[in-house]
Amino acid sequence: MNWWEYAFMQRALLGGVMVGVITAVIGVFVVLRGMSFMGTGIAHASFGGVALGLLIGVDPVLAALAFCLAVAWGIGAVTRRGALKEDTAIGIFFAATMALGALLMGLRQGYNVDLFAYLFGSVLAISTGDLYWILGVGALALLTVYLLYKEFVFIAFDPEAARVAGLPEPALYYLLLTLVAVTVVVALKVVGIVLVSALLVTPAAAAYRLSETVAGMMAWAVALSVTSVVVGLLLAYGLNTASGATIVLTATAFFGLALWFGHKE
Amino acid sequence: MPDDLNIPADVPAVEMQDVEVRLQGRVVLQDVNLRIEQGSFWALLGPNGAGKTTLLRVIVGLIRPTRGTVRVFGREPWNLGPWRRAIGYVPQFHNVDVRFPVRVKEVVMMGRYGVLGLFRRPGPEDWRLVYEALERVGVAHLADRPLRTLSGGERQRVFLARALVTQPRLLLLDEPTAAVDVAASQSLYELLRQLHQEGMTVVMVSHDVGVVAQFVDSVACLNRRLVAHGRPEAVLTGDTLEEMYGCEAVFFHHMPGATPHLVVRPDDEERAS
Repeated sequence: MNWWEYAFMQRALLGGVMVGVITAVIGVFVVLRGMSFMGTGIAHASFGGVALGLLIGVDPVLAALAFCLAVAWGIGAVTRRGALKEDTAIGIFFAATMALGALLMGLRQGYNVDLFAYLFGSVLAISTGDLYWILGVGALALLTVYLLYKEFVFIAFDPEAARVAGLPEPALYYLLLTLVAVTVVVALKVVGIVLVSALLVTPAAAAYRLSETVAGMMAWAVALSVTSVVVGLLLAYGLNTASGATIVLTATAFFGLALWFGHKE
Repeated sequence: MPDDLNIPADVPAVEMQDVEVRLQGRVVLQDVNLRIEQGSFWALLGPNGAGKTTLLRVIVGLIRPTRGTVRVFGREPWNLGPWRRAIGYVPQFHNVDVRFPVRVKEVVMMGRYGVLGLFRRPGPEDWRLVYEALERVGVAHLADRPLRTLSGGERQRVFLARALVTQPRLLLLDEPTAAVDVAASQSLYELLRQLHQEGMTVVMVSHDVGVVAQFVDSVACLNRRLVAHGRPEAVLTGDTLEEMYGCEAVFFHHMPGATPHLVVRPDDEERAS
């Protein structure tokens, strides 16, 4: 049998491509707004959620969503009030939720195979239900970006001027944080907690060096992200390597090419 | 100037009474009383950390004072409604990533987003106003260029165009010449003077004591408190400057029409820069 005849490969490709599109689009704003570390922090926050979900028998994805949203808004609120620098706030939340996850896992009896799948992704185990979930949530996220595209560009470029122009900048910022949290959770199954921030940041960072407009950057990011997912999955299948890691390294290779051929210094 | 805002001509552009601002427990501004009439041209001078940027941010509604009252055209700056577009604001240059993938005309269009409202896309009339603003500041030929390819002076004009695209009545600029060479600074000041002569109220923050004095009609010297304010020749005295910079400073007028110089004792240069 050829690889494309396996139902699990078809689901993996479909799910991976959808996740690749969503992470690339949201990732553009993450990179432009300088929130790459924020993406990483939010992704790691999901560890606590997944562990709690597995322990008490709630869907780990929903528990992760709750954790990611709480941490995203928490970091946002602490930073905006000027109490802490953003990277400091992220460092604290990030470590606390990882520690909480580890502690909760210790309370759980037996093997922690599921947790490993969430940490490093299990794209080959994507179910049809997962696909609908990715499609639904992803469509909602992309629709939000479509409707508020000009506002998100403005607050990424110059949040202060956006506020003076009369835009509800704080609300838009929290909405962007929400989209990052949702995207992280959607991408969890495909690349896992540890690697999700790479999918959020790497294609967009490569695209940053290849385009003169945000729309162009978005097109490049989506193209590079989807290509990374497909090429990475096929390489992982052919070489029998870990799928999430192979996808991320493929994306990194594209970033290297963009760095070499990109127009910016 | 086209005007459908119906702002009364007799109300001051900015009025501040006993304004105090604390940021994270630290007093940044204290006892500030200031009245900026419509049609005047002000420079806000003071050393680093004097609260100049904060004062500007209070006027544009980004910061609410912890005490005192602020009115812009007689209204609270965070509650201006449709008069919000009567404010044009040019923030400090280092607030933005100059390599952001955006074209000049798109930067200027951002100035209209507040007027456009959420969800709506710019139409032909918005683009006409964008080109008009670019024309006004003399960089219409750069409309399609990526922002990152511009010089400091050109970039500052683009941000000025963004502030002008809503046809404001009050223009506020935070160190507009900080990343601009001397020749470009002069022509930027000239441009501001023209806008002022057309009836716009202009307030700019600056370090540049000497150069500014030949363009503006009023000066406010700030060092947490308002040290002095009024006409440049009356305000910019040795006493004021000493109080403002906290050091021995002398203000020289070499000859009529020449650029005056601020001279500071060498060991205090750091504080006065």
